[in-house]
This record gives sequence, C-alpha cells and structure tokens, in this order.
Amino acid sequence: MNFEEIKELVEIISTRNVNEFELERAGIKIRISKNQPLAAAAPAPLNSLTPPAVGGGAGTVVTQPAPAAPTASPGSVLAPADAEEEGLLLVKSPMVGTFYAAPSPESPPYITASEEVSPGKVLCIIEAMKLMNEIECEVSGTVVRVYPENGQPVEFGETLFSIRPR
Amino acid sequence: MFKKILIANRGEIALRTIWACRELGIKTVAVYSSEDADSLHVRFSDEDICIGPPSNKASYLNIPAVISAAELSGADGIHPGYGFLAENAHFAEICNACRITFIGPEPSVIRLMGDKAKARETMIAAGVPVVPGSEGVVKTEERALELAEEIGYPVILKAAAGGGGKGMRTAVSNTELRDSFKLAQAEAVSAFGNGTLYLERFLVNPRHVEFQILGDTQGTIVQLGERDCSIQRRHQKLIEESPSPALDDQLRSRMAATAVAAAQAVNYTSVGTIEFLLDSDGNYYFMEMNTRIQVEHPVTEMVMGVDLVKEQIRIAAGEPLTEHLGTYRHRGHSIECRINAEDPETFAPCPGQLTDLYFPGGPGVRIDSALHGSSSISRYYDSLIAKVITHGVNRSEALDRMRRALQAVVIEGVKTSIPFLLQVIEDEDFIRGDYSTGYLEKFMARKKARLS
Repeated sequence: MNFEEIKELVEIISTRNVNEFELERAGIKIRISKNQPLAAAAPAPLNSLTPPAVGGGAGTVVTQPAPAAPTASPGSVLAPADAEEEGLLLVKSPMVGTFYAAPSPESPPYITASEEVSPGKVLCIIEAMKLMNEIECEVSGTVVRVYPENGQPVEFGETLFSIRPR
Repeated sequence: MFKKILIANRGEIALRTIWACRELGIKTVAVYSSEDADSLHVRFSDEDICIGPPSNKASYLNIPAVISAAELSGADGIHPGYGFLAENAHFAEICNACRITFIGPEPSVIRLMGDKAKARETMIAAGVPVVPGSEGVVKTEERALELAEEIGYPVILKAAAGGGGKGMRTAVSNTELRDSFKLAQAEAVSAFGNGTLYLERFLVNPRHVEFQILGDTQGTIVQLGERDCSIQRRHQKLIEESPSPALDDQLRSRMAATAVAAAQAVNYTSVGTIEFLLDSDGNYYFMEMNTRIQVEHPVTEMVMGVDLVKEQIRIAAGEPLTEHLGTYRHRGHSIECRINAEDPETFAPCPGQLTDLYFPGGPGVRIDSALHGSSSISRYYDSLIAKVITHGVNRSEALDRMRRALQAVVIEGVKTSIPFLLQVIEDEDFIRGDYSTGYLEKFMARKKARLS
C-alpha cells in the first residue's frame, strides 16, 4: 500500500458516514478515526490546572479478570480476592485522586451494591487537583461491590467497582 | 527541613534521591507508571502511588497526576530529578502555587535559561564570554549573511527553542548559509513549533567543559570544579571526568570565576551547571546553563567529597550551603561511564528481561543504578541503566579501576554499551586525555577502517 492509496482512503472515509476504519494486511495496519476531540481539546489557559477531562468515561479501564491468574498489571494492589469470580468486570480508576461515592457529603451515593447500571450512568467522582471528574459506566449490569471507602485516595489502575454484566 | 518529599522521576536518579532523603531523615513518596510497579524506587520509598499508564506523557510528564499524588500523600516538597519535569518552569510554578516546594531554582530562572537566545543575552550583559554570533535572534536570511561576514565562517544556525541537534545547521560559505537558513528554519518549526533562529561561529571540535554551581537562598554562590563531557555521540554524553585533562590551574580558576559570575547574574538558588565550549587555544564560551541535578553529578561528588542531592534539598528548605564549601579542592580523579541498554555496534536501544546481574564493588568504585536481578528494561523509557563511577588518586588509577569494574559487570538478557565503553577507555588518545567533542566520530571511523 502506498501513500497515494492511503490518501485516497482518508478522502473516501472523511466524506462518508464512517467513524472508524481499520485495515490490516501484509504487515501493515491502518486505523483511521473521526472521533470528535473531547472537551479537553479546547485551548486551556496557560496556568490552568485542568487534568485531562474524562469525557464519557473515556479513560476508564474495564477489564475482565483472568480466572485464577493473579492480575499482573497495573500495580500490585489490584487483585482483590473475589475479583477472580468468573464473569465480573472490574472498573478501574483512570487517574490518581480522591474517590467520592456521592456528589456532595449530604447526597446519597451514586450507586450501591446490587444496583442496576447502564452505560453513561455516573458511578463516582475522582477528585484530582480540585477538579471533580465524573466516572461513567461503560456497560450494563449489576454492581457487585464498591471497593474504596468514600474519601479514600486511589491510584491509577486501582479497582473501584466490580460489575456483573447483563 | 522537609518532612516528606515526592520524587517525580524513575530509575537510578529516583533511587539516588531516596538515598539522600533517608540520610536526611525525610520520608519519601515514589510515583510510578503501571510499567514500573516492580522497580526499586517503588520498593525503597516509604510510600508509592501509581500515577498512570506506561507512556511518559500519561505518567511521569502528567502534571495533574503528579500534583494530585503530592497532595494525597501530604508531601511538602517535589524533587524532579533530571529529564521529565525537571526544567519545566510551568510545573515549578504549579508546585509553588500548591504550596509544595519545587526542589530546584526559581521558575523564572528555569524559563530564562531554557530560552537559548535570552540566556545568551543575559550572559553577554553579565560579561560572560559567548561564542561570537548574533545578539538575540536572526530574523532574516540577509541579516544572517551580514553577521556571518562579520564573525567569520564556519557558522552554525541554532533554533532558539532547540535542543538535541534539531534545527541546527552549519555553513562554510554564503551559498551554503542561504540553504542552511531555510532548512534550519523549517526543522525548527516542525520540531519546536517555533522557527526563531540565532547564529554563532562554529567551533571545530571544541571540548565540552562544564562547571558545577551551587547557590543558596542567602545569596552565597560557589563552584565545585569542572567535568569534561567531550565524549559524546550525537550530543549524548557517554563518559565524563573530573578534573578535565585539558585545564591547567590558571585556566581552571578563570573559567570557575566566569561560571560563578554567570550564576550570580541570575541569582541562582539551587544546584546547576554552566556549560562551556573550550577551543584548542584556551578560549572558552558559555553554551548553556542546566537548571537541575545532572546525570554526571557523581564525578563531582567523588572528587569534592560532597553530596550534591543533599545540598540541593537543604538549599530548597532555605538552609545555607555547607560551611566552607567554596574552599573545597578536588582530591584525586573521577570518571563516569554510562551503561545503556543498547547494541554496542549499532547503538539501537535494546529493551528486554534481565536474566543475570552483578555489579562489582571494591576500592574506588561506585555504581548508581536501579537495576535488580529480575528487572525488565522497558521500551518506554531512556536506555540509561547504570552509571559506573570510579575514583583514584590520579587519572591513571581511576582509569585502571574503570577498566576492571566494567570487565566485571554482568548484565545478561539485554545488550549493553559496555563493550564499546571498554574499547574507548583502552584507546591511546583517550588514555592521553587527548580528545574533543569530535572524538567519537573519528574513533568510529577508525574502527570501521580497521574492520574493513
């Protein structure tokens, strides 16, 4: 595949109603994506302390724990005993910060164990540098367990919730 | 004094900083990427916080994540090490705004010295010799041609925002300069988003001699002698030594006084380095100032009997420099060799899993490294994996110790630069101390000629 062909491909895709395109052949892999930039792409003032926005839970890591095998990465604290239970999805923190289960100290928590969730539902807030980042759910299912305590510091990659997908 | 310092770095310099903190009785917080969970700075710090995925941008360069970790752990100081955020004025400002002390100079000084053209102007104003060239930036090709006639060929064009050899072009004539100007400008725009250039006389095969500077917040500024870092490959230093084989006492004290004047011109308040180019006639010129602790700081520590990282931390805590530091004189000779995980023939980086590791000790040998027996060398980070530093009563003993130390290092599983380093330190010109920044290029050409 040469440059002209790639150019042609980009032109075709940019005029069609295609958001993402992937092609793999003969040792090369091409991925063209029309994803709209997140809100964070707006030019920020030089001194702003804004961490990358977690638009639509874009940074949230959802992994399916490998049965029996200990979770190798990221970090060493990330293999809660019951996560090995088959079929559970783990929602991991996309950033280092403080975990808040509710929007304010007086409010009820966003979610509790055994509650039904669906994509887009806010699960919690991670505060990093005075900025409240809402972490949204990416799957439909039932919350099995909430791991951190309200107000607890969490690392990047730390398990926040386990969810039984529907 | 600080109670708890967050170390915003990885590898040997993070570990080096932990040792300094332990000796000072300060608690440490390591931050790490998910790739580095099994590393020694995580193991030997008092607390550790994972701040992001492997890529530098998402972890070690991620300012909100680093600041967030500092706030969560209650650290009252941040040590940036070298590289990453060490010379990022914006980061230093954020630390200070969050009431966490940035362990380094004032942000305004970092910014000033980071701008090559402004640094040059500042030094000219302070009476520090600079390579003959433009005062400030050269806006047009015509102006560049005029200047080149004035200062004489060969000349070099450099990007004001530059570094790492990008946006740099030499020219020996008017015709060549016309082409070089356009090329350098285009390169500078694509590499730094800023096409501003300045022009200097090009020194043919100068030596790179730098002076260690320390300044405290009481206004005391001292220098701790020089390091000769002329053994470089593509602007990457490989071997450093102190004292420099090229200086006599007279030249040394003149350069030292200039280095102190340069630091005084910006009221410097941390550890820092003034880099000079030295030509074969003993003329020397300010090149740049590094506003951080440097990779090669151990050679100065060995010959001067100081702990530069501890001094740096004390300065940031507002304490004065160790008494009489300015009167210290070098004792013996020290050499550092940088061991990189790379192919010794092609210099291609060589990440991988270690299968065996041994570092020799013995008299006059110091190893700064964060490797351990089951280390995996990541493709995400710098290939520097260990620094072997030797000290002897004179250069010859320091070299003997370097040879026997390098021969005894065992690093299995990845290729390293050790065979190459051994060839260099066995080379006659190197043994005589007769080398310049052009040395490695010639050395490689000779090697190639011998093989073919």
